[in-house]
Order: sequence, then C-alpha cells, then structure tokens
Amino acid sequence: MEEATDRIARPWGGRTPYGRHETWPARVDTFLAQGVDPSAVQRWVQSASILHSDGDAMDIAVADGRMVGVRGRDVDRVNRGRLGPKDLYGWQANASRDRLTRPLVRRDGRLVETDWDTAMDLVASRSRELLDERGPGSIGFYTSGQLFLEEYYTLAVLARAGIGTNHLDGNTRLCTSTAAEALKETFGCDGQPGSYDDFDHADVIALYGHNIAETQPVQWMRLLDRLEGADPPRLLCVDPRPTKVARHATVHLAPRGGTNVALLNALLHETIRHDRLDRDFISAHTVGFEELAERVAGCTAEWAADICDVPAARIEEAAELVGTTDALVSTVLQGVYQSHQATAAAVQINNLHLIRGMLGRPGAGLLQMNGQPTAQNTRECGANGDLPGFRNWQNDSHVADLAKVWNVEPERIPHYAPPTHAMQMYRYAEQGSIRMLWISGTNPAVSLPELSRIRSILTQKRLFTVVQDLFLTETAQLADVVLPAATWGEKTGALTNADRTVHLSEKAVEPPGEAKPDLDIFLDYARRMDFRDKDGGPLITWDDPESAFEAWKRCSAGRPCDYTGLTYAKLRDTSGIQWPCDEDAPEGTARLYTDGISWAHPDLCESYGKDLETGASQEVVEYRSLNPDGKAMLKAAAYLPPHEEPDEEYPFQLTTGRTVYHFHTRTKTGRAPQLRDAAPDVWVEISTEDADRLGLAEGDLVEVASRRGALHGRLRVTGIRPGLLFVPFHYGYWDTGNGSGPGPDTPGRAANETTVTDWDPASKQPLFKTSTASLTLVERGDGSPSPAPTTTASAPASAGAARPTEGGEAAYTAQVPAPFPHGREEGAQ
Amino acid sequence: MNGITLTLRTLHRGERHLAHDLVTVAERHRTEHEVHHVATDLAGWSREHVRRLAEVAAHRDVRLGDPPGTSPDGLFATLREKASEAVVHRPEPGLLLLRDLRELHVAAAENSLHWEMLAQAAQASRNSELLGLASACHPRTLRQMRWTNTMVKNLSPQILNSL
Repeated sequence: MEEATDRIARPWGGRTPYGRHETWPARVDTFLAQGVDPSAVQRWVQSASILHSDGDAMDIAVADGRMVGVRGRDVDRVNRGRLGPKDLYGWQANASRDRLTRPLVRRDGRLVETDWDTAMDLVASRSRELLDERGPGSIGFYTSGQLFLEEYYTLAVLARAGIGTNHLDGNTRLCTSTAAEALKETFGCDGQPGSYDDFDHADVIALYGHNIAETQPVQWMRLLDRLEGADPPRLLCVDPRPTKVARHATVHLAPRGGTNVALLNALLHETIRHDRLDRDFISAHTVGFEELAERVAGCTAEWAADICDVPAARIEEAAELVGTTDALVSTVLQGVYQSHQATAAAVQINNLHLIRGMLGRPGAGLLQMNGQPTAQNTRECGANGDLPGFRNWQNDSHVADLAKVWNVEPERIPHYAPPTHAMQMYRYAEQGSIRMLWISGTNPAVSLPELSRIRSILTQKRLFTVVQDLFLTETAQLADVVLPAATWGEKTGALTNADRTVHLSEKAVEPPGEAKPDLDIFLDYARRMDFRDKDGGPLITWDDPESAFEAWKRCSAGRPCDYTGLTYAKLRDTSGIQWPCDEDAPEGTARLYTDGISWAHPDLCESYGKDLETGASQEVVEYRSLNPDGKAMLKAAAYLPPHEEPDEEYPFQLTTGRTVYHFHTRTKTGRAPQLRDAAPDVWVEISTEDADRLGLAEGDLVEVASRRGALHGRLRVTGIRPGLLFVPFHYGYWDTGNGSGPGPDTPGRAANETTVTDWDPASKQPLFKTSTASLTLVERGDGSPSPAPTTTASAPASAGAARPTEGGEAAYTAQVPAPFPHGREEGAQ
Repeated sequence: MNGITLTLRTLHRGERHLAHDLVTVAERHRTEHEVHHVATDLAGWSREHVRRLAEVAAHRDVRLGDPPGTSPDGLFATLREKASEAVVHRPEPGLLLLRDLRELHVAAAENSLHWEMLAQAAQASRNSELLGLASACHPRTLRQMRWTNTMVKNLSPQILNSL
C-alpha cells in the first residue's frame, strides 16, 4: 500500500485485506494542510467525525492555536485509524473567513450586528410575551443531528420542562426517524441491535437503499477489505443507481421507486415458502408469525416483479442469498427511509431477520442506519419526537419517572399527544399557531421538501425566527435573530454514532470572534428565562459540558441507553464505547438482544406502536393483548401504490440523495476546497436509454420540474434505472451570489425545489425519493461534462465521457498500516 | 328482502359514503399533507369494500352499484383544493378539519357496527362467504376509526388552544 494518496481521486484509499472472523487491520490516515510539517504539530486533540453517522475517531492537529490537520485514531474499533474524504478535508471550513462572529438582529428589514446581551434579551423577551399571550404551544424548537449530547439534553429539558412545549424535533426527522420507528415497532424500543463489528463475521451483507460507499465511506473500506480477503462476504444491493455497492454485489436489484414493501414482502414470501426459518427463535422470541405468513402468502416473486419492474428470477436469487446463509447482516438507509411506505418496508427487514433467527450474535445483525452523525443523541436525549431516555409518552409511570429526574410535576411535561414532528411544526407555523421557531444547527431552507413553501413560512412577519449556526446560511438570511455558534473542534461534548458507540470530542481551538458553543447559548437562555423546578431551585443545574454529561447520566440510568458507566475520563482513556454501559457492562455492549428481547414488555417499552399503513397510534390495552410477554413483534404491511405516479406531464420518477463529497446543505463541505472542487455544482443523472431516446447527452443543461418547482443542472448519463432521474440534494444558494433562494437571474438549484410534501405516516419522515418530474433541454452542452464526480455512483456510463475526478497534491493524504492496538477483536463482548 | 340483504345494502351505502367523504376531506384539506395523503389511501379501502360487497350480493341476486371514482365531482373537487390553498396561512380551517375528522370517525364507526351485525348473522346462519367478507373488511374499518381518532387526538391540543 502506497504511503500517500489523493483521497479525492481514491475516496476509499488503499486496501488492507483480511479474512472472515479475523481482525480488521488498522491503517492510520493523516491529512495535514499543505506546507505543515508533522513536527510542527504541537498538540493532537481527541475527537470524532460529525460529518456522517460513522463517528470515525480522529485527533485534531493543532499548531499556534489553529487546526492544521487530522489523523485517524488507530485505537478505535469503529474506524481503526481510517478517515473518509469528509473527515479528512471538512475541518478546514472551521477557519472560513465568512464565519459568523457576532450576533445579528433584523432592524428595518436588514440583519445588523449587535452584542450577545441585546440578541439574547430579544429572544427571551419575545419568548415571555408569547408564553403570556398565547401559551407554550406557540414556541417551537427545531434542532440538528450535528450538535453534541450535552446540548440536545439541555435543549430537551428547557423546551419540555422549561417552556413546556410539545414542539421540539431534530432534522434527524429527515434522515433517521424511520430507523427509530422501525426499531420501536419491532423491538418496542429504539437502539441499534447490531454492531459494525458484525461486518467482520458476516457471510451475506444485504444493503437496502444504503449507498454505504458514499454515506459511511469508512465502513465501506471495511467491506472492500473483506471482499479482497479470504472467505469474502456476498453482497445483496437494493438500489436503483449503479452505486459502488451495486458493482460489487452478487445480486443487484434496481426496483421502481416506491415499491420496497412489495419487494420485501416477496422476499418474506420466498423465505417462508422454502421453510428457511428458525422456528425455535420464532416461537421463543416473537409474536405475530401466523399473521405475517398469511399476509405475504400471495406476494410471490412474480407478483412483486410486476410492481417493482425487476425480474422474478433476480428476486428469487436475492431470497436465496438472504435465506440460506448462516450469518446475515442487513443495513438500511435512505432508499428505504425516504421512500414511500418507509416504516412498513424497514420493519419487513427486521421481520426477515427475526424469522431467520439472525440476531444477537457476531455476523448476524441488523443495522437500521442513521444519516446524521449525532442522530442517536437527538433520539436518546428526547430532542426529537420522543421523551429523554427512550421513555414512553403514553406511559404515565415513565413520565412520572422523568419528572422525578427533573424535579418537576409530571403535568409540567407535555405528554397528552406524541411530541410534534418537524413537518407538523412547519404546518403550525404556516397556520400561525407557532409564532416563534428556534432553529439550531440546521438549514431547513435547503433541506426540507418543497422549498418555495418553506421560504414562505420562514419569511412570514408574524413568525419570529431564531437561527443558531456557523454561517449565514440560506435559513439564517431569513431569520430575525442570528446567533453565531461554535462548532466541532471549538467546544467539548460527547457524540454517539449509528452503532451506539460514544466518543468524546474535545475543544482544540478557540471559536472565531464572539461565537459560542451551543450549550452556552442554551444555558444563557435558560438563565434569562429563569426556569425553576418544583422547589423553586433552578431547573437546569449544570454549567459546562461535563456537568451536563453527568446530568444526562442520571436521566439515562436504568434505561436502554444507560450511560452511567461512562465518564469523560474513561472516554479519554479508551476511545469509543458502546452503550448501554453501566455496572453490569462496564466495557459497554456490542450487541443488544443477545439473550432475547429485553425492552418490549408493555411496562418498559418506549412505544405501543403504530399502524404501519395509517400511522394510527396503538393504545396500551391493544399492546398488552398483542404482546403480553414483551417479545419482538412481526408486523405485516400491505403494499400501497406511491402517491405520485409518472404521467404524460411528469413522466419521470425523481430521486435525490447524498454523495461522498458533500454533507448536509454543504455548509461545511462546500467550504472545504478539495470537497467543493470534487463536486462543485448540482447535476442531473439520467439513464443511457432515456438520454438516447430524448436525444440528450452528457453536459446538456436541463430543467427538472415538478408540480412544486424546478431546478437547472447539467446532465450526467449513467447506468441508473430507466425512467428515473437522480439529483444530489442540498445544493443551495449561499454560493450562488443570490442568497437564500432562486432569483430572477438565478434558476432553481436545490433538489428540494421539486420534492413533494408527503411523509411516512408512522415515522413522519418526509419522502424525498418519490416525486415525479419532467425533463426539458435548456441549452446544449458546449462539450464540457457535467460537474458530477466520476469516482462514485454518478460515474458516466461511457468511460471517458468526463475527466476523472481528482484532488491533486492538495488532497494528498498519508495512509500508514498499523497494528490494531487492542488485544481483542471487539470493543466489548 | 331478508335481514342480511338489508345489512349488505346498508353497508354498501355506508362504505360508498365513507369512500366519497374521505376523498372530499382529502381535497378540502390538501394543505394538511398527512390528512390528504392518508385519507386518499383509506378511501381505497372503502372502495374495495364496496366492490366486495357488490360481488357477494350478486351471488344472492342483489344488484348493488360500483364504488365511487377517486375524485367524485371534478369541478367541486378543484374548488375544494383551491379553497384549501387560499387559506393555507389561516388558523380557522383547523376547526373545520377537526369537524371533518370527527364525521369520518362517526361514519366509520357506523360501518363498523354494521360489519359486526353482518358477521354475527353470518355465524348464526353458518354462511362462510359472508363471514369471510366481514372478517376481511371489518379490521380495515376499525383501522380507519383508529386513524381518525389518532388525528383528532394529536391535532386538537394545538388547534383548540390557538384560536
């Protein structure tokens, strides 16, 4: 393996092959800014990535008070020293000259600089006015998947017990709420059953709508290393695009958009028909098998082939692959979560594992993945649509328990209805019943569906908007108050990745200007609002990250996400540790459900479940009768056709997604030169067949239009399934010179100009992959290719149609093989 | 006409009404996106119930009509959708929404009781075709009720407290 490589041209670097059941070898990736000699680094500060849900452990290089580079942590079992392109280059955005350094307030229609006292006084006095005049239901909080645990927890306490509002959600709603809902539906409780270590032991790895090569590049390196080793795993890929996963798959299925439930029901049908079942596991650990078998009885491969437009023989091959192996790992992501019948489909993947008994042992696991890096913290701290510590809002004893932790009366915590989900919060703001919206660390003016609607909501005069961020994002430009926040590397806090691994990320440098950690901003607000507990003491009793972490530990005690065995000191000593980590499991827990289903009992469960097709809530009485002993629940769902189908006016299905070089609205990745140059502008992918039929070619400028809006982009002809267009999401307007949206001379650029306002009724996750669209030529290309990368799923169908994507010398990264310092193979057994 | 035929007719009328009302509510509340989409899906269930009821009735030489279309009355449907878009920023349609959901709930409850009656009669007369029909359709009627109930429960606190 060479020592330095261009990690833009080769996003996954060199290979370190290893065999099944062996330890994944370590390899330390280091990127230092050009001209920085390794000997000039004065300190290495421990951290982990917040640019995807892997939580790659890394150290930040500091010289003269500045970040000058990063290095993977070889002691960490998540990444064993490796870093992905976003980890390697993303940190440079911290030092951008256009960082917000002072608070801004809107005066006479314009945002002007002010001091913290003025800005926070304005926020607090508006909050008090609204509380007096309209009550707590007039205030909403919309947060992120990129803050730290301590910040979400503090926000959850001040919103739920301080303000007393039911309106608090994270943008994790857009990426991971289906993962949480699917786990609750099946296991009664959130929490990833499996571990990334399962990749070392798996024989078959099924990736459903999960382009892991681009969303979790370091775990893809792990799969690539196994594919080159002894006894490699076989991959099943379900994705309409020719992703890297598809290229390495034993079976690749590219179904029509919105048909996942039909496909999965056929896989279940085949599994049951061939009796590829673990009957002992089914009877010991599940309820509902008879009904499931009955509901999929008619779902033959031929039936699904028609709906999904996939050959029946391929479906049978896929069923054989997942049905005959002794060690199956499945991973699920946005191709399922952001598509029609999201929860229903994700639950069928759980079902497949349960009826095959593929759970709770090395190589037999389930990863309902997260899209956002700290989504897990948003969920466990209750800064999304749940109560903290996976407590059940419908269970009075859970609410009473939480009230005890916070020393407030239970009535103080809203629990008359499920916590309001983000899409409903925007509807309430649109109707005028929410009058203040505090948006922290996210950019809805680019990331939510149907952007013209979102802009019209955010620009209403009656809505008071507070935006807390690093830059003057598209959303911040529409705000009434803008608060400059410190970010990763400028503040300390814990973060938890998709496989429950908790990392500590420490402050390495000072934030720019007057920017403050999000925790300090929330604490300042709580002080100004003077929130009190029931004895008259302060509601929030902590004042820095470590004391906030200790407070969270008390809230998590005895719950599935138990952190009581963790301390900052321990996280410094040992790198990542998987929760639950308590007296019984001081080294953490690699897998949940190793001895049966533990949190589905009616008295313990986080949720009584919902109807997968309508979203109707179940009540405790039904839950008790369905599942008195707290087993895993096999829940069937019928296929329903998507809500938008192609017609003459809008003949294409349209899907959107993330790529390896960019992350959430490009706020940071668009400001890291290597990442920006690798994918500088939006593009539109089309199949060779459709391009030929329409007489269109690589580089042509086209308009993609839907019933909601339109965008312009240059065409890339790829091996995507015919009838489908793909547009990378989250290209916005801050770097177009037009500010927060399209203008007279700036055509639409964001994919979400076109996407439909529709969400999964169970998880409330918006559907970004089920719109229909038209495609028209705006201007022939001048011979230059589209700005799409050639290294990824957007690679051109005909080699040589575009210049290979490269980063050159500026992207050179060292990669040095290293022994994995842990004596044992897994972080915890 | 015996009692079973009478019940089939009543249910057929009830499910036709519910299908129509679900579509109407979906159109009237186009800007309540979840209500719009789920009500449209649920109307499909009632249309299927109407079809199956007509099929079983035909075996008894009783002619019942076809289910209503997906959009029953073109111009009015468009008007309803436009009207909902025109008041997208107003709070008052919230009250109308609660009333509509309540009426859907009551209509589904009525159907549910009739399915119960049909199932009881089928059991007593050992009529497996009728029993099969009722046991296939009744659970979905109950799910329609559960959905309207959930929506009323979730939306009432905000709508009623903000007027």
